[in-house]
Amino acid sequence: MRKSRTLNLGTGSFVLLGFAALFFLTTQTTSRGLSWFGPPHYEITAKFDNIGDLKVGAPVSMSGVEVGRVDKIEFDSNEYKAVVQLRLNERYNKIPTDSDASIYTQGLLGGKFIGITAGGADTYLKDKGQIDFTQSAFVLENLIGQVLANFTKSKADDQDSAAAAGAKANTDAKPNADTKSKEKTK
Amino acid sequence: MFKELWESFTDALEGLGSVVHFLFRLLVHSPPALLRFSLISQQIFNSGAFSLVIIMLSGLFVGMVLGLQGFQLLQRFGSEEALGTAATIGLVKELGPVVTALLFAGRAGTALASELGLMRATDQISAMEMMAVDPIQRVVVPRFLGGVISMPLLAAIFSVIGIYGAQLVGVQIMGVDSGSFWSQMRSAVGLSDITEGIVKSIAFGIACSLIAVYQGYYATPTAEGVGRATTRTVVTSAVVILFLDYLITAAFL
Amino acid sequence: MFAGLDIQIPRGKITAVMGPSGTGKTTLLRLITGQVPADSGDIQVAGANMRAISRSNLYVLRRRMGMLFQNGALLTDLSVFENVAFPLREHTDLTERLIRQLVLTKLQAVGLRGAAELMPAELSGGMSRRVALARAIVMDPELLIYDEPFVGLDPISLGVILRLIRRLNDTLGITSIVVSHDVSEISKIADQVFLLSGGKVVAGGTPQELQTNPTEIVKQFIGGLADGPVPFHFPAPDYFDELLSRKEVL
Repeated sequence: MRKSRTLNLGTGSFVLLGFAALFFLTTQTTSRGLSWFGPPHYEITAKFDNIGDLKVGAPVSMSGVEVGRVDKIEFDSNEYKAVVQLRLNERYNKIPTDSDASIYTQGLLGGKFIGITAGGADTYLKDKGQIDFTQSAFVLENLIGQVLANFTKSKADDQDSAAAAGAKANTDAKPNADTKSKEKTK
Repeated sequence: MFKELWESFTDALEGLGSVVHFLFRLLVHSPPALLRFSLISQQIFNSGAFSLVIIMLSGLFVGMVLGLQGFQLLQRFGSEEALGTAATIGLVKELGPVVTALLFAGRAGTALASELGLMRATDQISAMEMMAVDPIQRVVVPRFLGGVISMPLLAAIFSVIGIYGAQLVGVQIMGVDSGSFWSQMRSAVGLSDITEGIVKSIAFGIACSLIAVYQGYYATPTAEGVGRATTRTVVTSAVVILFLDYLITAAFL
Repeated sequence: MFAGLDIQIPRGKITAVMGPSGTGKTTLLRLITGQVPADSGDIQVAGANMRAISRSNLYVLRRRMGMLFQNGALLTDLSVFENVAFPLREHTDLTERLIRQLVLTKLQAVGLRGAAELMPAELSGGMSRRVALARAIVMDPELLIYDEPFVGLDPISLGVILRLIRRLNDTLGITSIVVSHDVSEISKIADQVFLLSGGKVVAGGTPQELQTNPTEIVKQFIGGLADGPVPFHFPAPDYFDELLSRKEVL
């Protein structure tokens, strides 16, 4: 019987060690922390024309401090906009209702995140609230398109002015030529 | 030639069916076996606690290598601070479950197979049947459940020690900032990663334990039969582990 | 592998089943205990039809039987005491004190009460067989089956086992079936003997009757003759012819 006591002790210690490791992994390596479902939170929605490649789980920050995460992304087929659901930490519950949410890029080519700039209202956002002022993502292709369009436009302008100058020069030169040839044939 | 191919194909199918049938038998007998938890407890000790040393050692070394290699690789992109993230994700999602399962198959799996094979060879299983004791319930199921329970715990311990090994090399030796190591990890690693690792180790546990007890129980009752059973355990377990690894990784994507 | 086997085993007596190697003596035992299903025919054990019995009823029936395996088949991770106590712990709800008493009584009957704390690995062949015997009788079965109990024993241990088989049978009033090919030994204690060969019963009767049986196969078996109905040579073409034809002789 003594044998089974050390046996049970050994098994118990092993199982305890294993669960401690699991606990460590789930709490100390993730941002979840020690709470069961993550820190207490409330949900806010914001609608955007274009969210770029914003992903679920992307951070939501104010003044560079992370205050929440993107929880869900859906499409509103009535307004033809992207509806983004934000999960904000309860600790940051004094966000004015007229704040605006914009989509930024981390670094130069990093992932997208949402930045909230505080407004000036006296009322604060609550659970199931909505941010009305939004700015869509910066889409690189559009910028390149714009640059190209600008570039070709300015080139076309240059060409036009060059052509106009050329045409003017031609018309100036031409009477001379004519005169010259006229003179020649005379 | 085709006839032989077909025969080995049907043999393999038959074997697969036999294993699945065995699994059902084990599952059916699990609830009553759980009532006699002391048997299972003993098997958890045999499978788990005894494997602890090799798992911890391996975890440490794998973590340290991960730290070294990860640092070198990330240095090329100027992202050394991401070492914590890289090591944790690599360990928790892949190396932890897979390496632990392979080591488990080698150490605990072969022990299970040879124990059962020996019991079969020395008529102990027949003797139990004669004494109206169901050997599946009394001998096989506790060993199976012992393995299934031990595996996720072992994988978790492996990952944790691995992370510390990576930290040892990355922070203490290579000079990565300790704060960045942990903070970047915390923000990048999510619960779904950990869950994926746990699901994998449970699946591997079921697979390895099943293969080990099946090979042992149905081993030819001779010395070489037992030997064959142990080698087959390791080989089959390894292939199944790697195959399941791909399946589960793809499923979680 | 049997064709036309017809055996009646009388209650309360020791019946020996003998035969050349490979005639299926062990298979016969497996048929009786239900470990192997029969293809055709009828097997009745204590009134139950072994071919039609359900799994749970089979287990109930087996509790009334005890079996001694050739090598003892003790559970190697349990001590001698725990091995003998095993059936009690599995099938009964007896208190620890009662179990202890029962186990020690049975061990005393086989003369190994002092070895109760040893592990099977520490026992000699004869001793482990005696422990297995104690385990087989611990539930007070009505039928005891011995599968080759004399194999590999020295004369002293052999005498011990013989004496135990006879004594247990008489004192407990059980039916014993002994499978063996040790003619001289088994004749000392058996009440009835069956000789199997080629899947059939070739002879049956008391040991004395078998000694005087004129059938060739019986004479060869009883007398230990090298050649007879069971041939000495494994089937092969005539050796002389092979040599003469100067073919390569293997």
